[in-house]
Amino acid sequence: MTDPYRNRSVIIRYIYTIVVVVLVIRLVFLQLINSDYKRIAAVQALREVTQYPARGYIYDREGKLLVYNEAVYDLMVIPDMTVKRYRNRHRQDSIVQLNDTALLCRKLGITHEDYESHMKKAIHYSWKAPSIFMKQISKEELAAWEGDLRKFNGFYLSRRTLRSYDRPIGAHVLGYVGEVGNRDIQADSYYKQGDYIGQSGLERMYEKELRGIKGKKVMHVDVNSREIGHYMDGALDSLPVSGNNLYTSLDADLQEYAERLMANKRGCVVAIEPSSGEVLALVSAPSYDPNLLVGRVRGKNYSVLYQDIRKPLFNRALQAAYPPGSIFKVAQAVTALQLGVIDPYSYFVCDHNLVGCHNHPTAMSVQEAIKMSCNPYFYRVYGRMIQQGKYKNAYKDSKYGLTLWRSYMMRFGFGQRMDIDLPNVMEGSIPDTSLYDKWYNHRWTFASIYSNSIGQGEVQVVPIQMANLACVVANRGYYYTPHVVRYIGNDTAKFRVEKYYRRHETGIERRYYDIAVAGMYDVVHAPGGTGHKADVPGIDVCGKTGTAQNKGADHSVFISFAPRDNPKIALAVYVENAPGGGGSWAAPISGLIIEKYLKGEVQRADFEKRYMDINPCQPVRPPKEKKP
Amino acid sequence: MRHRQSEYRKIDYLTIAIYAVIVIFGWANIYAAGYNEAHSAVFDFNFNHCKQLVWIGVSALVAGLILLTDLRFFSNGAYIFYAISMLLLLSVLFVGSSTNGGISWIDLKFFKLQPSEFAKFATALALSKYVSKQDFDIHQRGSWLMLGLIIALPVGLIFLQHDMGSALVFASFLIPLYRFGMTPYILVIGVVAITLFVLTIAVGDSYYIIMISLAVIGLIYLFVWLNRPRRKDYVRTIGIFAVCCLFIISVDTVFGSLEVHQQNRIKVLLDPSLDLRGTGYNVHQAKIAIGSGGFKGKGFLNGTITKANFLPEQETDFIFCTVGEEWGFVGCLLLLGLYLWLLQRLVSISERQASRFSRFYGYSVSAILFFHILVNVGMVIGLVPVIGIPLPFFSYGGSSLLAFTILLFILLRQDAEHTSLL
Repeated sequence: MTDPYRNRSVIIRYIYTIVVVVLVIRLVFLQLINSDYKRIAAVQALREVTQYPARGYIYDREGKLLVYNEAVYDLMVIPDMTVKRYRNRHRQDSIVQLNDTALLCRKLGITHEDYESHMKKAIHYSWKAPSIFMKQISKEELAAWEGDLRKFNGFYLSRRTLRSYDRPIGAHVLGYVGEVGNRDIQADSYYKQGDYIGQSGLERMYEKELRGIKGKKVMHVDVNSREIGHYMDGALDSLPVSGNNLYTSLDADLQEYAERLMANKRGCVVAIEPSSGEVLALVSAPSYDPNLLVGRVRGKNYSVLYQDIRKPLFNRALQAAYPPGSIFKVAQAVTALQLGVIDPYSYFVCDHNLVGCHNHPTAMSVQEAIKMSCNPYFYRVYGRMIQQGKYKNAYKDSKYGLTLWRSYMMRFGFGQRMDIDLPNVMEGSIPDTSLYDKWYNHRWTFASIYSNSIGQGEVQVVPIQMANLACVVANRGYYYTPHVVRYIGNDTAKFRVEKYYRRHETGIERRYYDIAVAGMYDVVHAPGGTGHKADVPGIDVCGKTGTAQNKGADHSVFISFAPRDNPKIALAVYVENAPGGGGSWAAPISGLIIEKYLKGEVQRADFEKRYMDINPCQPVRPPKEKKP
Repeated sequence: MRHRQSEYRKIDYLTIAIYAVIVIFGWANIYAAGYNEAHSAVFDFNFNHCKQLVWIGVSALVAGLILLTDLRFFSNGAYIFYAISMLLLLSVLFVGSSTNGGISWIDLKFFKLQPSEFAKFATALALSKYVSKQDFDIHQRGSWLMLGLIIALPVGLIFLQHDMGSALVFASFLIPLYRFGMTPYILVIGVVAITLFVLTIAVGDSYYIIMISLAVIGLIYLFVWLNRPRRKDYVRTIGIFAVCCLFIISVDTVFGSLEVHQQNRIKVLLDPSLDLRGTGYNVHQAKIAIGSGGFKGKGFLNGTITKANFLPEQETDFIFCTVGEEWGFVGCLLLLGLYLWLLQRLVSISERQASRFSRFYGYSVSAILFFHILVNVGMVIGLVPVIGIPLPFFSYGGSSLLAFTILLFILLRQDAEHTSLL
């Protein structure tokens, strides 16, 4: 029997083959060419959970804990799990709440409007991915209702840490931590929205040490965003590595004492160990409790502090450039001696016609000039430095003198940014020839710039530089860059920052410093000295007063170190708008701080009480309101 | 007895081997689809993979029994099987349970019987029986009427169960009919009509499609004319073209007159990505699962989409996703290769049958399997609208596995004595 349709079996074979080939071609596109589906699969079925490392702790020089972490909890929500969504007959989305929202609001202490707005924000971010519903709930707040949390679908807690402080001190040094901004996120891929970053002080300067290394968990989630397990059995997971600790040179007790002394005043205190450059205390007053800038209250408190006209957020010790006043004379004396324009027994009559002065006998030596802080004396000394007579042309001569003088001033650390390990340090200013050339069209001499001689005029010094001057004199000629952190690391491995172990020489001979030291000793101890109030019984305090003229009442300035031989502490104290000169306020405060540090205890209770309780600072005039 | 033993040597063991590999591979994927680290035991009757294991055993038993039957058992009893299965389909309408909107189950307590699965081989048997009649002539109107009736009865009953997919499967009988002399124009017209319909709606501008079809038909005509220049072809071409244009314009007009939401419903059927949260959700998730498998796949039991309930029906109609995700392109190619091998093998088996009954039945088997593979895999990878029918031998489901096994093994039984004319 012949079959006329036999060849149709071949056509059927072709049809089968072609269709299977078409399916395979489609699979080639889906699986081999298009990579979108891989990405989508990862987004919807995997959830990367960041494991936050513990931020490094900060210790004082004796190992007392200054900054540590405290656990708080973010209440997270997955909006999709809080409701049941379905399509009704008219193909519209209907939503049914699964939770008793009224009860939840009561537990959280929020209004229903708050709930709606939080939820709207979360939904705006994603229906299925978790977002923060309520930030930073403390353990105490949580204790009241934690057990009830399971009743609420779609809510869970995520542990975060916040900075915590045992004592409310050192706000300006320690700094604060805040949420990252867009710029931080763009600059460093470490940060994600909602992360925290050090925003000032040590927190900012040592951010990379403190922050640690983030860990992650890659979780496999199901269609309802519930975690099923670790993806690939945790092969992609990593544990967080805690940040390094900072072992600072601060003395917590001294810092606290200095802050108490300055609490009701405006000004600053910088105390440094001269032999190492380690900062013992750094106070800017008014200060604030660092706990104010932590957690949910941060935003509100920050704006209050920011708007305070006394500028509590402003770190005067590093950011304020003041006229130094008479303390500057110490640097002038040793420089002039080194330059050979005077000798230790040069004397200049206290001629009030040259520059104003207070009543005192004529200084018969450099030592006496420092003791009595004679303005005309240093007017003449500065004159000799600027007009050295190298050139017949007075203009040319003054240019030579100023350039040489400036180079010496720079060796004290003036006029340049002090490389301390804290952010936002001002440079201060030591004027150079270009400034005066511009002002006076190249025609200027000593007569134009003599105010610099007594620490007024164009000279601007930052308090940290004043303290550094005290160190230079205490060390008789050199300093180490002031710094706060001694070691970085943890209990088992610590390392130090090498740049802070480099000695900076001033290039001025030790014998000239000995003269200055003798003068500074006399300031406190000799009859006619200007800083008697800095005297501490049993301790050889050396110091120098300063009275800085400015738009308001004079600032009271005092630099000092003690003991005279082998000094342990050098400090600068600056009290704004405190009348009576350096000897009246800055000197006694310095004495108290030195006593506290060297003796461990202040025995002069009445004296202490007087200077602690009284606020000498003239009120700050509020900034004039601009008229429209 | 001795005679029968000699016949068993002629059983096509290669086909059984391919069948077995597909079944085992299928079971592995069912296990993977429902896999959960907390419940990884193979023998736990709460899980589908364990139930499927039982069904594989039952199927093997039934397959063995079929091979033990007499050669004429199925050809003689063809109409009886057909009648039984039609009665079952009918009974579903009265005592059936419903799932997914369709009423297609009879709950037998230990087993949910789905008669539509068994109707396939019963109809195939009935058609084969009718075609094997001594005086059968496919070109007679009476034959057409009978064939049409035999097919239309189960299709109608299944339509009444709202099981569109299973009803559509009966279109696959066009292939054995074609092999037995049915005019190919029915197939061609069907394919052209579907193509033009889809193009008209998808492109939305009928003039482009008219231009394209004009060009195509013109080219075909040019080739035909170059070979055998005849006036008749010229007239016929213009006629075909006119009909196509009319069809396109009418589709366009009818479609344009529909309400927007009705239009959308048809568009979504053609392009599920238009509605990812509704109709298109399954296909979208299926594509994600398969696409994310890449070349090598994520590895056995390592699927992320198929493990996380993103896909409903992932053990039944969407089981191919698990293959795509865990075994990757390699696994898909392997499975489709096995299926193609099986289909070609079935064509060869059919061709060597001496009896018309066995040959027609053989083509029915391959065509039914082909239709399932095309529609199921095509649906999962977004080539075919979502029509819920299982992947033969592979998807989870007792009725479907057993019915496909019976379908295949009846052919193998016939093939064991393929030289017999019955």
